[in-house]
Amino acid sequence: MRDVAVIGIGMTKWGELWEKSLRTIFVESALLALEDAGVDRIDSMVVGCMSSGLFVGQEHLASLLADYLGRTPVPAARVESACASGGLALRQGFIEVASGASDIVLVGGVEKMTDVTGCEATYALGTAADQEYEGFHGLTFPGLYAMMAVAHMHKYGTTRRQMALVAAKNHENGSKNPLAQFPFKVSVEAVLDSVLVADPLRILDCSPITDGAAAVVLAPVETAKALKKPVVRIVGTGQATDTIALSARRDLAWLESTYQAGRKALAMAGRAIGDIDLFEVHDCFTIAEIMVTEALGIAEKGKGGRAVEDGLTALGGKAPVNPSGGLKAKGHPVGATGVAQAVEIVKQLRGEAGARQVKNARRGLSQNMGGTGGSALVHVFEAD
Amino acid sequence: MPNPAKNWREIPQRYRLEAGTCKNCGHVSFPPRLVCPRCGGREFAPHTLAGAGELVTYTVIRVAPGSFEDQAPYAVGIAALEDGVKLTAQVVDCDFSALKVGMRVRLEFRRVSEEGPAGVINYGYKFVPV
Repeated sequence: MRDVAVIGIGMTKWGELWEKSLRTIFVESALLALEDAGVDRIDSMVVGCMSSGLFVGQEHLASLLADYLGRTPVPAARVESACASGGLALRQGFIEVASGASDIVLVGGVEKMTDVTGCEATYALGTAADQEYEGFHGLTFPGLYAMMAVAHMHKYGTTRRQMALVAAKNHENGSKNPLAQFPFKVSVEAVLDSVLVADPLRILDCSPITDGAAAVVLAPVETAKALKKPVVRIVGTGQATDTIALSARRDLAWLESTYQAGRKALAMAGRAIGDIDLFEVHDCFTIAEIMVTEALGIAEKGKGGRAVEDGLTALGGKAPVNPSGGLKAKGHPVGATGVAQAVEIVKQLRGEAGARQVKNARRGLSQNMGGTGGSALVHVFEAD
Repeated sequence: MPNPAKNWREIPQRYRLEAGTCKNCGHVSFPPRLVCPRCGGREFAPHTLAGAGELVTYTVIRVAPGSFEDQAPYAVGIAALEDGVKLTAQVVDCDFSALKVGMRVRLEFRRVSEEGPAGVINYGYKFVPV
């Protein structure tokens, strides 16, 4: 296998982008990434998108986007793994370059979620759960994560306040990210007083509906060295599955797929969790971040709530989690999220993250998951 | 409107709680499968789910998807049945404040949702406190 580097990154402002279509937001981010890389050719494209069919009524997406990027006839593939589609696109792009099948690969992620009503968006997202045995009974994604939260609170004594602290921390970080959908602070009290969505989760525990895209350009490390930028390598990739139906899991308070993907990615990188300087993880709900920190080993099992309470995962803490603002503040255009995590980590490892820069960051880890953890992807990045 | 086959082919599970017990390792799968997720076994004996168990988690859905909007707020939970199967369903005939982990429930046959003016009415099981 060849060593792979990220040679370009691109992301535009996220939010409710009424004036822009899916193809436009994708092309804007892709152009930024290609400009950043300074390359004029790509050999292939991989695009992560969860549900352009349900959100904008468009399939056959990869060819459409290759066309609007002015890159036909390059091969282009669209990959899907619910909210982990972006992470999966990154892994597929990595494999393509590492294998030697392609030299320069554009990896993008995109989701345009505001062309449908909130109700339709809830339905589209719900298709990432088991439609016949969860959706049938009226379950929603907030509902599924709420049941994981109740299980975690019952088993470990995790508190409502600890969950609210995750939202407050990520908004604090997001207030320093001009590309975030919600670049402002939110107090713990505001989270605790916000309206209930699925008990015990409130609206400020939930990531939002977002339009957005992100892109990275991957190439062999030799190509990256010839460019005049710090070299950031992808040194580990891990992917794992779990049951889609939450009820089929042995332990409702544990994310096995994230544990497995993390273990594989770190083993490939030859690193331990303590070697990592910053993390971008899938905080689709506040309880998710708590459980992810446990599954990755940042916090001990059952102590993810205490980790945020103790400031371990704050921007100035020992293990900063979601310096970008995470899904909570930055936004969560589902197919784009996994790629945007890579964009943030590369920014951090190049020292280009501005007010939210983690000092002396050399290694970063991204974790992206689909549904309630039916799929998970972890990547480890390292600056030369 | 969806083809009604989508509804009637699930009737053995939703109306009659038909599951499958792996002849090799004894693991009960609901809904039945072709491959045992625990041991890879391919032979199953018919099994009817235990009709009672206890809640292992729950929530109250306040923001509901389309076909459930008129029911919100409503409680949903996962119960561990007496045969070891964990099952997801609505919890009904119960004050939200009474919901708790460990609460005893039994399965009852109820109306679950309506697919709009021209669609079918979906029936299935719900949890009722014992």
